[in-house]
Amino acid sequence: MIRRTLLLVLIAGSMFAQVSFERILNAAKEPQNWLTYSGGVQSQRHTGLTQITPDNVKNLEQQWVFQARSLEKFEATPLVVDGVMYTVQAPNDIVALDAVSGRVYWVYAYIPSPAARPCCGMINRGLAILGDTLFMGTVDAHLIAVNAKSGRPIWDAKVANAESGYALTHAPLVVKDKVIVGTAGGEYGIRGFIAAYDVKTGKEAWRFYTIPGPGEPGNQTWAGDSWKTGGGSVWVTGSYDPELNLTYWGIGNPGPDWNGDSRPGDNLYSDSVVALDPDTGKLKWYYQFSPHDEFDYDSVQVPVLAEMQWKGSQRKVMMWANRNGMFYVIDRTSGEFLQGKPFAKVNWLTGFDEKGRPMRAPGKTPSTEGTLIYPGNQGATNWYSPSYSPRTGLFYIPTWENTSSIYFKSPVEYVEGRQYTGTFPRMTVSFRGNIQNQITEDEGYGAVHAMDPKTGERKWEFKMADVTESGILTTATDVLFVGGREGNFFALNARNGSMLWKAALGGIIANGTISYSVNGRQYIAVAAGNSLFTFALRQ
Amino acid sequence: MKVWTFALSAGVLLAQHSFTRADIEDGSRLYSNTCAACHGANGDRVSGVDLMHGRFRRAATDDGVAAIIQKGIPGTAMPPHALTDFQAGSIVAYLRSVAAEAGSVSGTGDVARGKAIFEGKGACQTCHSVRNSGSLVGPDLTDIGAIRRAPQLERSLLDPDGEILAQNRTYRVVTREGTVITGRLLNHDVFTIQLMDAQGPRSFQKANLKESGFVEKSPMPSYQGKLSAQELADLVSYLVSLKGIQTQ
Repeated sequence: MIRRTLLLVLIAGSMFAQVSFERILNAAKEPQNWLTYSGGVQSQRHTGLTQITPDNVKNLEQQWVFQARSLEKFEATPLVVDGVMYTVQAPNDIVALDAVSGRVYWVYAYIPSPAARPCCGMINRGLAILGDTLFMGTVDAHLIAVNAKSGRPIWDAKVANAESGYALTHAPLVVKDKVIVGTAGGEYGIRGFIAAYDVKTGKEAWRFYTIPGPGEPGNQTWAGDSWKTGGGSVWVTGSYDPELNLTYWGIGNPGPDWNGDSRPGDNLYSDSVVALDPDTGKLKWYYQFSPHDEFDYDSVQVPVLAEMQWKGSQRKVMMWANRNGMFYVIDRTSGEFLQGKPFAKVNWLTGFDEKGRPMRAPGKTPSTEGTLIYPGNQGATNWYSPSYSPRTGLFYIPTWENTSSIYFKSPVEYVEGRQYTGTFPRMTVSFRGNIQNQITEDEGYGAVHAMDPKTGERKWEFKMADVTESGILTTATDVLFVGGREGNFFALNARNGSMLWKAALGGIIANGTISYSVNGRQYIAVAAGNSLFTFALRQ
Repeated sequence: MKVWTFALSAGVLLAQHSFTRADIEDGSRLYSNTCAACHGANGDRVSGVDLMHGRFRRAATDDGVAAIIQKGIPGTAMPPHALTDFQAGSIVAYLRSVAAEAGSVSGTGDVARGKAIFEGKGACQTCHSVRNSGSLVGPDLTDIGAIRRAPQLERSLLDPDGEILAQNRTYRVVTREGTVITGRLLNHDVFTIQLMDAQGPRSFQKANLKESGFVEKSPMPSYQGKLSAQELADLVSYLVSLKGIQTQ
């Protein structure tokens, strides 16, 4: 009897192996798992699994479906650790499932405060794990630690005031012994920040305000007290380079969104990427994509890190497809701007100066009469995860092509806890999406754009009828997975964009596809509507 | 540019402001975002309150109306709103513009007579339906009075091509065999198109089509000269009365 108990303990123990930070750093060595939001600290969203190929992908068949008890969009990217999947049922229920059968092991139900008021849905984009602890940000701006074996809470840290418009919607990032999150709420006149918490205790270790205070460099880019309500939210997970010991995060729009009169200046570090020391939170460098933004061009995209030959020398680069329609390559050691090329229709800039600062097109600002701007308010891309394949050398962008908005300027006044934006622009494509799609190419369409980072040129385009909020996954066999608002899920050839397979999943695909394997069988998991679907090759 | 000037009293809020058409459009959007959830698109959803006829029970002046929008009415369901003076003023300007536009037909028609015209002389049910009765070839009008105002409905009856809502556009497809089908576009994705025509809902594989695209012209006939002014007013009044299916 004792022996049997011991055996059970050993089996159970092997099912829930500890996820050390060493394992997270070397996630590519265990492609059967998906250990971080973007699949690894470099955030390439590229799997090393090879069972599914361009030749056999047509034999994918559905394995199981998890139907979330939520009507919110399913934006969470799951984690998979040694056969156990962890995901989030919106707004903030953590669900642990058997990754083979989809059967639920446990649910940790978190009921957010009624004061929670995220601008754009009671959603969550996923989790982080370290050891046997899961971490989740909540829509009422708490950071929660939960035991991955039992689903029991360990600690609960209040990060900010939900009543003031703060929220946490992105998957946290673990770096060493800290878990890092940033605050959403850019439409509420918040002062955004990124903060690190001790993984064991939940105690705040450091805080980096995305808008510098008086006496700090960059505060002069805000007039008067406008820095106090300048937004600069953070709502997509950053990346980490262990050699440079830098963590990279994208910062959201300045507030008020569509009227910059009260905040003359560049409004640092809104619409920027910041490189921080993960031990101290100190800023090492920044690059601002859209100085003095009045178009809601959050730079809240996933920083994708890679090593590549750049004009004759090996460089550590960061690739970034921005909501403003430009595709950037940046030296991530120094923040040096290397290249910026449009990946969709753009009319707000004419080019870059020698330092990489965008040169604004004359007259392209919000006006009383309305000003037509490409890309539109939802951007040429947004928080949707791109993918980089080291095999093809291409960067793949979920794109809203040919979309525009008319921007109006009107007075706006700050009241704590209320939206602080200005007049909502007139968009050609619905912000939320409709149950039926009637938009045409003249108004915009969804696409995958495959870009060569070395030239900034587009190699191919895969068109959809409706726009897309889906992330992209590439595989080590050159298959690319992506979906769209129209509910179709596609497998494409990553080299030329040709369609290899499709499945009609019937709901908006608004998360990032992942791949994992259990017992030697490769799975693909993607959310559509309020359900999570998994596929594997027919046996 | 046409400028709508409203003589606003000399209060600190809106002292003699001229509202441009763009301001009023902003006011319209603010109304939709801020007010319409309770007051409805026509401003008459709250019992005993009608915002779009230029008369306000609790305020004699426009800046008084703007102040109510900003501060709310204590002891009622009307909450305060965090709007600037100009924003609140633009909402008032919008309400005034609606009242000024109206009058040509609204308020002069008879709903019952309009219903009879809709179902009889007008033959509207050939294409339209109301509360599950009629054809689905054209847009369902069950809640048309909640989303369109009388002047807009009158214009649509007299000049159907003048403004066609995006969701009501007509689509034309030509099959490989050369068959031409036109209908109301319901939906399209990468592979398929769904239309509604006289035969009912239809679906096409894009790969099987020679061509496809929108038709600029509306299939709806103009009622100019076909209905008398009174009949037109009756029909518009009936359409305005269609606010959707009310729960009991």
